[in-house]
Amino acid sequence: MRLLYLIPLGLFLFFGGVAGYMLTQPKQTNIPSQMVEQELPEFSLSPALEDVPGTSRADFTDGKPKLLNIWASWCVPCIAEAPHLERLKREGVEIIGIAVRDRPEAVEGFLSRYGNPYTRIGADDISELMLAIGASGVPETYVIDGEGNIRYQHIGDVRADHVDLLLEKLEEAE
Amino acid sequence: MIAELGHAALWLATALAVLQMVAGGLGLRAGNEAIVALARPAAVVQAFLATLAFLLLLYAFAITDLSIKLVATNSHSMKPFIYKLTGTWGNHEGSMLLWVAVLALSGGLLAGLERRLPEKTMSATLSVQGFVALGFYTFLLISSNPFERLPLPAPEGSGLNPLLQDIGLAIHPPTLYIGYVGLSVAFSLCMGALITKQVTPDFAKVMRPWVLGAWVFLTFGITAGSYWAYYELGWGGWWFWDPVENASLMPWLAATALLHSVSVLAARDALRTWTIMLGVLAFSMSMLGTFLVRSGVITSVHAFAVDPERGSFILALLGLYIGGSLIIFAMRAGHIAEGKRFSATSREGALVFNNVMLSAILAIVLLGTLYPVFTEVFDVRVSVGPPYFNPAGAIFAIPMFVVMAVGPLLRWKDDKPQRIQFEMLLLAAIAITVIALVAFFGSYDILPLLGLAFAAALGVASLLPLRGRKLSRVPTATWGMVMAHFGVAVSLFGMASESAFTSEKLAAVSAGGQEEVAGWTIELQSVDPIAGPNWTAVEARIIATRADGDGVLLTPQARNFWAPSQATSESALLTTWDGQLYAVIGDQAGVDANGNPRWQLRVWWKPFVTFIWYGGLLIAFGGVLSIIGRLQVDLKRRSAAKRGKERRDDVEALGGNAAPEPAE
Amino acid sequence: MRLLTALLILLAAPLVAQSGMPPAPYAYTQLEDPALEAEATALMETLRCLKCQSQSIADSDAPMAGDMRHQVRSRLLAGESPDEVRDWLTQRYGDYVSYEPTVSATTWPLFAIPLLLLALVGLVLLRRLGRRGTDEDAEA
Repeated sequence: MRLLYLIPLGLFLFFGGVAGYMLTQPKQTNIPSQMVEQELPEFSLSPALEDVPGTSRADFTDGKPKLLNIWASWCVPCIAEAPHLERLKREGVEIIGIAVRDRPEAVEGFLSRYGNPYTRIGADDISELMLAIGASGVPETYVIDGEGNIRYQHIGDVRADHVDLLLEKLEEAE
Repeated sequence: MIAELGHAALWLATALAVLQMVAGGLGLRAGNEAIVALARPAAVVQAFLATLAFLLLLYAFAITDLSIKLVATNSHSMKPFIYKLTGTWGNHEGSMLLWVAVLALSGGLLAGLERRLPEKTMSATLSVQGFVALGFYTFLLISSNPFERLPLPAPEGSGLNPLLQDIGLAIHPPTLYIGYVGLSVAFSLCMGALITKQVTPDFAKVMRPWVLGAWVFLTFGITAGSYWAYYELGWGGWWFWDPVENASLMPWLAATALLHSVSVLAARDALRTWTIMLGVLAFSMSMLGTFLVRSGVITSVHAFAVDPERGSFILALLGLYIGGSLIIFAMRAGHIAEGKRFSATSREGALVFNNVMLSAILAIVLLGTLYPVFTEVFDVRVSVGPPYFNPAGAIFAIPMFVVMAVGPLLRWKDDKPQRIQFEMLLLAAIAITVIALVAFFGSYDILPLLGLAFAAALGVASLLPLRGRKLSRVPTATWGMVMAHFGVAVSLFGMASESAFTSEKLAAVSAGGQEEVAGWTIELQSVDPIAGPNWTAVEARIIATRADGDGVLLTPQARNFWAPSQATSESALLTTWDGQLYAVIGDQAGVDANGNPRWQLRVWWKPFVTFIWYGGLLIAFGGVLSIIGRLQVDLKRRSAAKRGKERRDDVEALGGNAAPEPAE
Repeated sequence: MRLLTALLILLAAPLVAQSGMPPAPYAYTQLEDPALEAEATALMETLRCLKCQSQSIADSDAPMAGDMRHQVRSRLLAGESPDEVRDWLTQRYGDYVSYEPTVSATTWPLFAIPLLLLALVGLVLLRRLGRRGTDEDAEA
């Protein structure tokens, strides 16, 4: 009978232990894509700007690893990551942009203000590609190898210390 | 000065809490009467000080004193006055101060009013209450000081989240807090009784009004909150099984179980340890909710306080209070005799059954709420939502409703099921008829179908205890039970009906366009810009007409607040006796063939949805009646005892030959 | 206050991300076929809005929830079954995106514990109530 009275205490201690552990852990808010290490799904997006070509899956199968950057002109962290994308471009990385739910004039304004690191920009007006590759927010950056396989997902804006990591992942994808 | 005064009042209250704790604790040993006598006044003065601190913060918000950090970060000089006031508890520190003020107030009331308990038990109770208060004062002062000053006053405040700029904020949090914290008194009483081994019917009678009172406020707070979410969020949902909502439901479930078991203890001297356990559980759930909401463990970055330091602090308090009380429970429960016995088919049997069912539902809610946290330990993220909670809860709710229907018809101690054969057959017939009828007219999910059947049967069953009784002689407390049980049926009916019969219409409409939904014709007359005190909006003028009735004007708005910058949708509701029409205006959606702009309209017809909240109010009202009934009986008994004593005194004064009066 | 924070969380995030773009065709438009629309609604109510807190995509104003509704409706219209649509999403976002309870390596305790609870409840009730009958006989 005594043991029975100890059950609530046991349950509470279990909860306290887990809760205490969770408090020490950084809060995980990202939802990782399950599409990493899978083939990039078939897609074709019209150009987001008149003078920059749109993009489709075929652009990712020419044997050279590339970055796929999901962004938008209305996204504040995208401004923060712009210079780092610029640096990646200088390192010789080809970055293909996906503008999510964006207007051409807004895209143009953003690029003229913060620079254009992209060789192609597809307009994803209804989050088609976002959903297809399991992206849950903007910005996200994917490393795609030369055969069109997703090799790595970076969630959130690219910061200075992520540049080398992405270069490394691109090299691995060779 | 206001901030400093408030701060000082809190420190003083803290010191008094220490005094209350120590003085009460000394009451357990004889010979300290002088110090022990200080426990009660300490609690009462503390209540004044904590309330004063809260009122001072309220004043600071009222005058938008931007030199106080909390005001600057959560208020704005241009906000409507009422939202300046309610904004006081629209943030972590302010709401914590409200929590603490209510805690002190209930402690003060207990100390000031309660004279029936044995002194020792009372001392222990006050000591525990002081101990609990002390922890929360410390938390407030050390890690969430609401009176912190800014080095330089801010030029303007950053404003209050527009979703909170609603009358709902004035009602929902304070009532809920009174409920949560009112349970602390039940908790302290339970600990006091456990420590002094005085788990008696008298103790239960003392505890019952506190439990009932807290439960009434919880019921009302949850009902108000549900309605608020319903009209404010713009999608017609009234319960999301969000962790934050669950945090309010769990104490309610525990308190519901507790108030039934405390009644058994008061009336029949049974279920002693079980009542104590529930008393501990109910307040533990209140504190657990506080932890979940404020620690950042469960919600994302947008929760109240993502400060892990605060989280650790509350967790430490939880460990102290819940852990401590459970240890005392484990040590002492063996010394408490289980009390009077009863058979399975008796009023007590039914109450025990439903107590267990309520506890099981509580366990399901707790599991579903905490499970995603547990899996995160292993870096796995899962979602637990309505498709889990509804059926899992129903497994236990269904037998509970069955027993709830017949339980009040049974006699105490022992009864023969054959005696209420007729009633049981009647209720079964009602339920089956409803299922057959509804299933005949359409195909619906099983849970709403069962909900409708149980609502009908339960509605009738809740009135059966009045059958064959002279209504004017039915005790008020019995009316309370009837009312509350009837409220459950009403609420259940609303939930099932909303879930089964709601019709939805989404459309892009230009001015002059018409849409049909469930017998209603909706005509969009115009969409115009309007401006409020701290927002601008587009307002749609919609005429809703039903059959050949008159058109009714509905004006849903899409608002844009500018401090802080945020958009909200203000739904427009048209309430009729048999339901509610719910209209929302969304974004502009292109143009029609003639080049006129089209607007996104969302309209729902929700039959009998209002019954959900009517039911909630009935339940709360039943609780109020029950309190009144108990107090009446109590007062009558006291005055009878007084009269008896006076008569004896008179007899003695008349010469003392004291021939006992013949019993008439 | 609990509900109040819920409110805060529910709408705060999505509204920041206003882009001024018209929503996807089926984000706010029902399907013509009522039976298909009912299927879509039932499915949408069990899919989580990834940008919100504790909301399904059926009751969120977040643009991404709108785009997910469009996917659901257009896929159902194209003849996919609700389960196929759900699988398509869980292949991309894992179990997190679905509220529909499924027994898997990570979720079995959610089902095992209620069963255990059921057994425990039965046991408690048997102990407390079942035994009393004989006691009562003894008393009588």
